[in-house]
Amino acid sequence: MSLLEIKNLHANIHGNEILKGVDLTINAGEVHSIMGPNGSGKSTLAQVLARREAYTVTQGQVLLNGKDLLAMKPEEAACEGLFMAFQYPVEIPGISNAYFLRAALNAIRKYRGQEELDAMDFLPLLKEKMRLLEMDDRFLNRPVNEGFSGGEKKRNEIVQMAVLEPRMAILDETDSGLDIDALKIVAKGVNTMRAADRAILVVTHYQRLLDYIIPDYVHVLVDGRIVKSGGKELAFELEEKGYGWTEPASAAAR
Amino acid sequence: MATAATERLRNYLEAFHRLGTDAGAQPAWVRALRDRGFARFCEAGFPTTKNEDWRFTNVNAIAQTPFQLARDARQLGAIYGDTLDACRIPGAACQLVFLNGRFAHELSELGSLPEGVRVESLAQAIAHDGKSLESHLGHYLNIERDAFAALNTAFIEDGAYVYLPRRTVLEAPIYFLFISIPTQHPEMTNPRNLIVAEDATEASIVEDYVSLGSGISFSNAVTELVAGENAVISHYLLEREDRQAFNVSTLRTQQGRSANVSSHSVLLGGGLVRNNVHPVLAGEGGECLINGLFIGNGSQHMDNYMLVEHASPHCSSRQFYNGILDGHSHGVFHGRIIVHKDAQKTDAKQTNRNLLLSDDAQIDTKPQLEIYADDVKCTHGATIGQVEENALFYLRSRGIDEASARSLLLLAFANECLDRMKCLPVREYLQELVQGWLPGISTPAGDTTANNVEIARRWEEVG
Repeated sequence: MSLLEIKNLHANIHGNEILKGVDLTINAGEVHSIMGPNGSGKSTLAQVLARREAYTVTQGQVLLNGKDLLAMKPEEAACEGLFMAFQYPVEIPGISNAYFLRAALNAIRKYRGQEELDAMDFLPLLKEKMRLLEMDDRFLNRPVNEGFSGGEKKRNEIVQMAVLEPRMAILDETDSGLDIDALKIVAKGVNTMRAADRAILVVTHYQRLLDYIIPDYVHVLVDGRIVKSGGKELAFELEEKGYGWTEPASAAAR
Repeated sequence: MATAATERLRNYLEAFHRLGTDAGAQPAWVRALRDRGFARFCEAGFPTTKNEDWRFTNVNAIAQTPFQLARDARQLGAIYGDTLDACRIPGAACQLVFLNGRFAHELSELGSLPEGVRVESLAQAIAHDGKSLESHLGHYLNIERDAFAALNTAFIEDGAYVYLPRRTVLEAPIYFLFISIPTQHPEMTNPRNLIVAEDATEASIVEDYVSLGSGISFSNAVTELVAGENAVISHYLLEREDRQAFNVSTLRTQQGRSANVSSHSVLLGGGLVRNNVHPVLAGEGGECLINGLFIGNGSQHMDNYMLVEHASPHCSSRQFYNGILDGHSHGVFHGRIIVHKDAQKTDAKQTNRNLLLSDDAQIDTKPQLEIYADDVKCTHGATIGQVEENALFYLRSRGIDEASARSLLLLAFANECLDRMKCLPVREYLQELVQGWLPGISTPAGDTTANNVEIARRWEEVG
C-alpha cells in the first residue's frame, strides 16, 4: 500500500490559491523529490501535509498510510508517522532540546500505546542520534534552536527525525543556506534513515542536495501543479536548463 | 492637623498611637525614625494615579479600607507547623516564620550558622543590639518618594535581620516566611527587614508571602539590603498570598564596590500587588540583575516598579521581566533607569516581555531613562504578544497535543526567568510551583490572522 497518496489537492491561503490540483503517490521504501521555482507551491504542499492550519484545502484528498490526513490535527499526523523538517526551524527559549524531544517522543509513544521513556532511557538514544549528525552534547541542554547557526538548526531537525522515526518524512528546503560540509552531514543523516518501511519526500529548489540524497523519483512543481515527473536524471536536466522549459505557457504570465 | 486628609487616615493615627504604647520599649532612635515615617505618611497620603509613579495602579481599595494593625496571631488559635510544611521551601540553612508580621519562634528553624552570622527577628535585634542596626535601618529607604515606604517606617516593629560578617559564604538559602491570616476586620502588617552583608560575602535570601485562609489582608513590606565590597547576594521574593490580599513590597539595595546583587521576583498571588525594586549602584564596578516573573489571572493587578540608580562608574545592570496575563488581570512594568552624572561607562539593559492570554488581560509597560552622564550604554525593549503560533505549530508537528504545547510554551516563557536563578533549591522549588500555577489555558480569541501580531518596540540609546 502507498504511504502517501495525494489526489487533486487544491489549497489556498488568505484566498490565494497556491495548490491547483496536485497528484502524487509515494510508496514505502521510496525517496521522492519535489523541485520547482520559487513560489511554485513546494513549501505550501509541505505545510499542508504537516497540517498547518493557516492553509485551507478546498478540494482533493490525501491519505497517509490509508488514513485521511486532511482530517488530522498536526499532532495526530505526527503520531500517525508524519514528520516535516522545517525550512525555518522555530526557536523556543526556555525549553531544552532534550526536554522538548522527549516530550515529543513520549506523546507519540503514548498515542501508539507504547510505554513512555524516562530521561535515563531517552538520553542515550538522543545522544546516539546527535552523534550521527555531529552535534555535540552541549546541544542537549541548550534551548530548542536558540542561538543555533542555520546549519545547526537544520541538523537539529534531522536529529528530531532520527529520534521520532517517522514513516513518512518531508524535508522542506532542508538544504537552503547550508554550506557543503553541513549539507553532507545532513544528507548522511537522512540516508541512514532510508528504510523499506519508510518514505522520504525531499522538497528543494536546488539540485545540489540530490547529489547526496539520491531520489528514486523527481517531480517538478510549477504554479501549483506537478508538470513533470521522472527519475533522478530529471534533476540534472533541471539544473542544466532551469525551470523555464517545464513551465506551461499559461503559467508564464503569473 | 485636623484636615480632611488626616481624618481619612484616622485608623492609622490610632494604630500609630497604639503601637507607640505597646512597643514602648523601642529605643529612642527607632521611635524617632517611626515618627518621621508617620509624619511623612500623613503629609503625603496614599498616592493617586496622578502621581507618575502610580499612573497605572489605583490604590483606592487600600486607602478606603480601614486597616487595623494585625493582632498577635497566636491569639487566633494554635497554628501547627504541619500546616506550614506544604509551603516551606526545602533546603534552607534556616527558616524564620512570621505570623501577621511578628516573629514566631516556635514555627521557625534557626539551624546552625557559621560563627558571627546573625539571622534573627528585627525586634529582638533592636532590643539586644540596637547600636549595630542604628547605622543602617532606615538609612537607604526613601520615605519622601513613596508613601508606602513611609507607612512601613511608621510601623517598624518586627521583621528579619541578617548580618553576614566579612567573607561569609552561605551555600544554602536563608528563608523568611511571612504569613498573613485574614480576619473579618481587615488587618495590615508592615514587615521590615534589614540585611547587612559585609565585604566578600555570598548568600541567597528568600522572602515568601503566603496567606493562611482567604480574605482581605494588607502586607506592606520593606527590605533594606546593604552589600559590601565584592559581596554576591541574591534576593528572592515570592508573592503567593490570597487573591484578596493587598501586597506592597519594596526592596532597596545599596551596593558597594564590585558588589553583585540579584533580585528575583515571582508574583503569583495577591489581588493588588506592587513590587518595588530599587538598587543603587553606589560603588565602582557593581553589577545588578533584576529578574522577575509575574503570572496574573482573574482580576489580579500586578505592578512592577523598577528604579535602578547608577551612581558610580563602570557598573552594569540587567533587567528582565516576563509577564503572563490571563482573565481580566492587569500587569504593569515600569522600568526607570537613572544614570547619575559621574556614572560613566554605565551599561544598563532592560527587557520586558509579556504574553496576553485573553482579550481582557492588560499590560502597561513603560521604560524611563534619565541619563546625566555622557559615556553610557542603555538599551531597553518591550514586547507584548500572544503564544506564538509558529512555536505552537512546531511543537504540535512533533506530536505534542495543542493544550500541552501551549502549557509547554508558557512554561518555557516562565523558565526564561527561572533559569536565571542561581540558587538551586530555590529554583527547583519555584519551577515546580510555577508549573502548577500556570493558568488554565484559554484559546486566543479573535481574528486568527492577528495571532502572530507581536507589537515590538526596540530602541537603543548609546551616548
